[in-house]
Parts: sequence; structure tokens; C-alpha cells
Amino acid sequence: MKEVKIKIKNLSVYFNYIQALNDVSLEIFENKVTCLIGPSGCGKTSLLRSLNRMNDMIYGFRMNGEILIDDIDIYNKEIDVVNLRRLVGMVFQQSNLFPKSIYDNLIFAPKILGIKDKNELEEITERVCMQTSIWNEVKDRLNESALNLSAGQQQRLCIARALTVNPDILLMDEPSSSLDPVSTSKIEELLFDLKRNYTILIVTHNMQQAARISDYTAYLYLGQLVEYDKTTKIFTNPANKQTEDFLTGRFG
Amino acid sequence: MNNRFKENIKKKSSSDSIIDKIMINAIRLFSFIVIIIFILILGKIFYEGIGVINWNFLTGIPKSDISKGGIGPAIFGTMAVSLIMLILAVPVGIFSAIYINEFAKDTFWLRLIRASVNSLAGVPSIVIGLFGFGFFVLFVGKSIDSILQTGMFFGQPAIIWASATLAVLVLPTIIVTTTEALNSIPLTFRQASLGLGASKWQTIRYVILPQARPGILTGVILALSRSIGETAPIMFLGSAFFLPNLPLAYLDLSFIQIPIINPADQFMHLAYHIFILSTQSSNPTLTEPFQYGTTLVLVVITLLLNLTAIIFRFRFRKINEVVKRNQ
Repeated sequence: MKEVKIKIKNLSVYFNYIQALNDVSLEIFENKVTCLIGPSGCGKTSLLRSLNRMNDMIYGFRMNGEILIDDIDIYNKEIDVVNLRRLVGMVFQQSNLFPKSIYDNLIFAPKILGIKDKNELEEITERVCMQTSIWNEVKDRLNESALNLSAGQQQRLCIARALTVNPDILLMDEPSSSLDPVSTSKIEELLFDLKRNYTILIVTHNMQQAARISDYTAYLYLGQLVEYDKTTKIFTNPANKQTEDFLTGRFG
Repeated sequence: MNNRFKENIKKKSSSDSIIDKIMINAIRLFSFIVIIIFILILGKIFYEGIGVINWNFLTGIPKSDISKGGIGPAIFGTMAVSLIMLILAVPVGIFSAIYINEFAKDTFWLRLIRASVNSLAGVPSIVIGLFGFGFFVLFVGKSIDSILQTGMFFGQPAIIWASATLAVLVLPTIIVTTTEALNSIPLTFRQASLGLGASKWQTIRYVILPQARPGILTGVILALSRSIGETAPIMFLGSAFFLPNLPLAYLDLSFIQIPIINPADQFMHLAYHIFILSTQSSNPTLTEPFQYGTTLVLVVITLLLNLTAIIFRFRFRKINEVVKRNQ
């Protein structure tokens, strides 16, 4: 039985006078991987960043419509953005680890939440490293600078760091676009494990990746949702001609 | 075969290469002039001043016979004024910079603040000194006196007002360097922190400030080394001609008396002391070595501060390089 986790209703997003999203409505299902695809500038990232209100800090941001997570309107005045971001974690395109040790990166968020107990912090560190299967690679070098890790390890550590606050939803903005195929496949394997516990939204430019990892796929074009369906359906028998053109590379 | 290559590959015409050589050597010469001037000044001060430097000169109190006295109170006074100046200027400077860089939107007000900071940096120090006397002593001090009924206590030149005036003088330096240090922290770190559920202040406190710390410290030290050499702003603000007692007050805890800087006292100051020795002395030839000695002490303090700043900046650059390499 699949449950709706996020309901996006008639969402329009503007940056100053530029409209990034136009009347987008879709429902994201719990414990599934949903891919957002489309050409550059189509609003994928804007949509993703609306879900943890990272757009709020961009000057000139305005939005219409509603986003409900577990039936709660996250743009309601009573919502605390800081708490929202703890429940809706985000992994960025480029790894953005702090220039600190691996351990300090992982305990950053728990510490901010007020966890001081050393055992508890170590437990969290171990749990998230296990979840992202990076534990064996980092367990002996937790006090080394995180920036000494390889690019792929850094990105997986970013995912681990996002899990330290135990979010419900994980947003990923092209998490493997700057990685080699081996690191990419490691991250993809990771997603299969993670979706048991988390609802995952991922933006990608890699169509094969979208086909491999996602359960649902949304195709956006010029700020509008063109098609949204099960990935198997979209990639084998898209209802819309535009989607088909994009997927087969005849776009333009 | 094409002769184009053969004809053009040879050295340029002799007049061209002569101009080249002249210009390159001229550039070299001019850059050396800067170094030579620096070495000449330092060398002169060192040569003339080193003779009078001894323990008694550095720690002793001034006597009416200059050759028997020391500059201890002037060194102490310089440090006391600078310390209080930092206590006043650093929080204001850093918080202003945080506001400018992290909170202010690009509006009329932000542009006004930036313009004010830049203009403030260009105000001559004598003007700042007169402002300090008029504003801090005559207005703020006298107002406090009349409100607290303390007679003539705050409304006269004193360490606190000299420090406040120097704080006004160095504020632009601190604000500009801090703004630059904050601005150099990449956006990705802010996003990482906010994305993890840190609040805006937590992001500044735990991510941005720690990374900007060496840059901020560099600015603070440069501001300090600038303020130490200033004479004009403190002339009207309690720097004394001759003051053998240190400006101290004692905190009486019955079993022990803790000396603290008395901010309402007058003080001696190295820069002002040099000014006095060279202009007010009845026998300038006699005091000359002591002028140089005092100058040497001041220059060495400034150089040491600048050296510290350079080391901080070096570390800061190294951290930034590591961060850049990883992006």
C-alpha cells in the first residue's frame, strides 16, 4: 500500500519577475525514489528546493500554491523553517563538507540539536556511516580532514551527514553529476537501501540513472509538469510526445 | 619554401629591445626604491635608538632628567589604550560586518552604510581627534556627569575617550576586512549548514565565523598596528606630557587588591611621547637619542603586530586553497 508523502498543489514559483515553476501539481509517494528530469532551467531544482524552503533565502522569491507534507502546509506561518529542514534533508550537487574532520562534519547537526552525550554522538556517527556503507572506509580516520577523502567518498559522507538528523525525506540535487561511474553506482546502490526508511527525491541529468534508480519519474519542461508516472511507464511508453522526444534525445 | 618564418624569427630591431631593457630596469629600480626607503628609515631608527635601550629605559618611570628616566608608563599607557580600543571597536566592527554581509539586502540602506564606512576611512585623524573631544568628552562625558552628579569625573580627557576615538578611527578597517573575510566563505557552506537544520545565527556562529576567524584577526591586528602609531587623535584626549604613575585603580577584595586599568585616568602614550620629546624639549640635542629609542620601541611593536597579521593571513590562505581544491 503506497502512501502519499508530499502533495504539491498548483505550485508556481517566481524569482523577481521570472517564473520558474508554473502550476505544478504532483504527489510524491512514501518510501519511493522519485526522479525529476528535464532540460536545464526547467525548474527541477526550484521544485526540489521549494520542499525544504531553501528558496526562501534567494532574493526575490515568491510562490503560489501549496505544498503539503503529511498533510501539513509547509509554507504556513506557524511552520519553523529550521525544523522543516531537519525533517527534509538535502544533498547538494557538489559535496559541501566543512573543512573539519570527518567526525566533526557528522556531529555538526546533532550538536546543534543539543546532543552533547559523547556516546550518543558516536552512535549516530556509526549509524549513518553504516547506512551509507562508508563505515569501513572512514572508521579509522574519523579525525582526519573530510576534505582528504575522494570526491565519491565526500559525496557519500554528505549523504551520511544529511541522515544524522534523521529526516523523513531526502532531497538530492544531481548528487552524482560530478562523480566517476564507480562512485555513481555506489550512490545508486545506496538509494535502494535508503528508500526503505526515507522518501527520496532526486534531480538528475542522467536518463539511464533515472531509469535505474527511480520508482516514479516527473518530466518538467519550461516550468511545467509535462508527465508524471511510474518510471517503467515513462521510459517504455510515455503518454506525452514531448517526454518521448526528450528521453530519446530528439529534444530541441 | 616560405621565407616568412625566417624573416620574422630573429630578434626585434635594436631600438625596440633597448626600450624593453630600459623599462624593465626602471620598473626594477622603482620597486627597489620602496625597499631602500623602508630599510633607510628602519636603519636610521635602529642605529640611533639602540644605544639608549636598556631595562631601565623600557620599564623605568620618566624623570625630569630625561637621560635617567624611562618610558615604562608610555608603553603601559599605549597598551592600555589599545586594549580598551579593541574591546570597544572589535564587537561593533564584527557585528556591523556580519550585518552588511549576511543580513542586509542590496538596498539604499546597505549602499548608505557602505558609503559611510568608506568615507569614514578617509577622514583625517586630526578631525577624528577633534570629533572625539567634542563628542565623547564634551557631550557624552559631561552628560554622564550631569546625570550621575559626579562633578568633573567623566567629562574630561581620559583613557576611555582616547580609546573610543581610536575605535572610531579603526572601525572602517575592521569592518572592511571582516566583510571581505565573511564574503570569501563559499555559499555552499551556508547551504550545507542551513540544509542540515541550523538556524541563521547557528550557521554564522559555527560555520562562517570559525572559517573567517584568521581573516578577521588579520584585520584586527592591522587596525591595532595602525592605531598605535596615531598621535593626532589622542592629543586632546588625555595623553599626558609627564605622568610617572601608571593609570591604575585597585579593585579592593579585602584580602587582595587587584590592579585594573582606570579608564577615567590620564595616560602616557609612545606616539605622543615622541611628539613631546621632539617639540617641547628645552634641549633637543640631549633628548634626540631618547626620541629615537622611543621610536624604535614603537616601530618594533608595530612590526611584531604586522608579522602576526602576516602569519594569520598565510594560514588563512592555506585553508582557502584546500577548500578551493576540493570544489
